[in-house]
Amino acid sequence: MKKDIILAGVGGQGILSIAATIGMAAIKRGMYLKQSEVHGMSQRGGDVSSNLRISDEPVFSDLIPRGLADMIIAVEPMESLRHLPMLSPEGWLITNIKPYINIRNYPEIEKVLAELEKVPHHVALDADGIARDLGAAKSANMVILGAAAPFLSFSFEQLEDAIRSIFGRKGEEVIRINLEALKAGRDVAISSTRIQAG
Amino acid sequence: MQKLLLLGDEAIAQAAIDAGLSAIYAYPGTPSTEINEYIYHSREAKEKGIISSWVANEKTAMEAALGVSYAGKRAMTAMKHVGLNVAADPFMNSAITGANGGLLFVACDDPSMHSSQNEQDSRCYGKFALLPILEPANQQEAYDMTRFAFDFSEKYGVPVLMRLTTRLAHSRAGVARSESREQNPLSLPANHRQFILLPVNARRQYKKLLGQFPEFERESEVSGFNSYEDGPDTRLGIIACGIAYNYLKENYPGGKVPHPLVKVGMYPCPKNHITRLYESCDEILVLEDGHPLIEELLRGMLSRGKSVHGRLDGFVPRDGELNPSIVAKALGFAEVPSVPVPDVVVGRPPSLCGGCPHIYTYNALNEALTEYAKGRVFSDIGCYTLGALEPFDAINTCVDMGASITMAKGAADVGLSPAVAVIGDSTFTHSGITGLLDCVNDGSNVKVLILDNATTAMTGGQPSAATGRIEAICKGLGVEDTHIIVLNPSPKYHEENLAIMKKELEYQGVSVIIPRRECIQTATKRKKSEIKAKKAEL
Ligand SMILES: Cc1ncc(C[n+]2csc(CCOP(=O)(O)OP(=O)(O)O)c2C)c(N)n1
Ligand code: SF4
Repeated sequence: MKKDIILAGVGGQGILSIAATIGMAAIKRGMYLKQSEVHGMSQRGGDVSSNLRISDEPVFSDLIPRGLADMIIAVEPMESLRHLPMLSPEGWLITNIKPYINIRNYPEIEKVLAELEKVPHHVALDADGIARDLGAAKSANMVILGAAAPFLSFSFEQLEDAIRSIFGRKGEEVIRINLEALKAGRDVAISSTRIQAG
Repeated sequence: MQKLLLLGDEAIAQAAIDAGLSAIYAYPGTPSTEINEYIYHSREAKEKGIISSWVANEKTAMEAALGVSYAGKRAMTAMKHVGLNVAADPFMNSAITGANGGLLFVACDDPSMHSSQNEQDSRCYGKFALLPILEPANQQEAYDMTRFAFDFSEKYGVPVLMRLTTRLAHSRAGVARSESREQNPLSLPANHRQFILLPVNARRQYKKLLGQFPEFERESEVSGFNSYEDGPDTRLGIIACGIAYNYLKENYPGGKVPHPLVKVGMYPCPKNHITRLYESCDEILVLEDGHPLIEELLRGMLSRGKSVHGRLDGFVPRDGELNPSIVAKALGFAEVPSVPVPDVVVGRPPSLCGGCPHIYTYNALNEALTEYAKGRVFSDIGCYTLGALEPFDAINTCVDMGASITMAKGAADVGLSPAVAVIGDSTFTHSGITGLLDCVNDGSNVKVLILDNATTAMTGGQPSAATGRIEAICKGLGVEDTHIIVLNPSPKYHEENLAIMKKELEYQGVSVIIPRRECIQTATKRKKSEIKAKKAEL
């Protein structure tokens, strides 16, 4: 198995927790991994992204070649589009549709969503809303990870196990909330892609 | 041993701990910061009594490391590429003194300037100083090379420079550790004059270094960090340095490059491998992140002989970092089709955090300056550089650390008034103090705002050497007491702050205003850890 994943969002939205969870699942399966992250300037509310590569074979480049990413996983809709040139024509885009508006010229959200609709394979969901309904407002990132789960080639149990390892130190309650968020995201992805397929 | 998942920076740090490091001194700077951060927070390092300190600047850091080496112990410093400019004096001269205990300098370059003012290539410094240079291609090599560097440094009695770039510094992968080693005992240099660079000694030492250089070349030729990989298609031979090796391999299934290939990880360049490549192939392609260093060497001034491709003939862009797609193009592969970024996507530049003290300093300063023409604010490097962007548009320069005060001085000396310098607390102790002394001595008409947020915020909140000392420093330099004014950059004091700034702008002479309030990010972190500590007490 080999997956090249672009993670995208805005500083502070938790894309590195998504990367860490997928990375943990990969490590537990004995896979190779490279994950490059952005540090420094971009953390003050700027756009952030990470290249995550997991594979059964050794990984050479820390960066994913343009046009060859298997997935874009984004916690913000405009940020998901910023990385479209990286996505392969068969690749999947999984994104939150809740905009994070910290700039004056943020485009009209309808236009952003219209662009999303043009992406051949995508799952778009209101992760913030879903997380809030679960009483887990801070876990929107795990909802997104859940929505990406069906495309990751891990069993759902493997991802759950990774969440337990990553959030273990923060206590049972945090683990429970994140697991629920993960499951809710996955359910949305499964039902929406079935509709698309139909 | 189980593999650790480490950033390139962290692999270097862990390797140094395992190599019997006694001390690391550093000044933060992206993408090098995580090296000292890792050791600073490592329990293992603490248990081993390893000194890890954030110091005033890269020069003081490197000199302290040199002192540790003088005393026979292993030492390291890590900095961003422009930090090596600040430390250039001890760097060049330490090549002449040589080392006693193992001494490693790490410089992290930032091609594409993700968070820097330029994209200079530290290998040029290494070449300039005639020092051996290591350039890892991946996280495991970063670990292994660090282990190697300390041994090499002690074997030849020279400092070693390690150079890596942002992508490796900030990328994570599995790293296997090797057996750890004890620290060295204290032991002074056998030659008591080794570190006295009086001309008579310096000449002797320099000749020694020149005499060692052929040995460094021989070491490079036999080093496992350099290699020749044969390939059937000799129409092209490829030289790939450091991380460029990965980008090259990425372009071929299973990493099987059909061309003869020289991987360079240690300098001086392995002449044997490169000669063989040149003789076996019709043309050469050089892939290196940063400056076309090897490419220039191969081409020579006259560009005679076989074609050498790279950054100088447009096979690779002249600036910016490499990536697999750029390398694919240089290899002549068809571009992978990809869609463009949709037009609706707009830039999302970084901005000051909500409630950041710098916001209120700029609000007051902008208002105080409305009666003067624009173009009078000389700034510096830190979070407050974001004052250059909307909605503030408050500053007119940002060049190098400390340049705010000295540029304002120069402009003021020739008649610009008012001339305002805006500098952060950490930047002030890094390189601002000496400039302020010049202002006092010359009676320059400058207004210096030292933004004291009690931390080095830009790089993630390391302690600031300035904390608790700024007024005393200014007083000691000779700034008049009545013109050292502390204010609180909060909206509720806006009118008060504005009045102070207006008044000081009118004053003819050196004036220091210190807007003082803790950075929101560090304050939050500090409160969290205080609550945690309290809970632990209960
Ligand atoms: C020579 C050099 N060293 C390090 C850096 C990286 N750097 C840029 S700003 C900064 C910290 C600035 O801290 P401070 O002046 O206190 O401002 P703050 O970010 O806290 O507002 C550092 C370490 C640099 N650009 N140049
Ligand atoms: S990190 Fe601190 S100094 Fe930097 S913008 Fe945020 S609050 Fe301001």
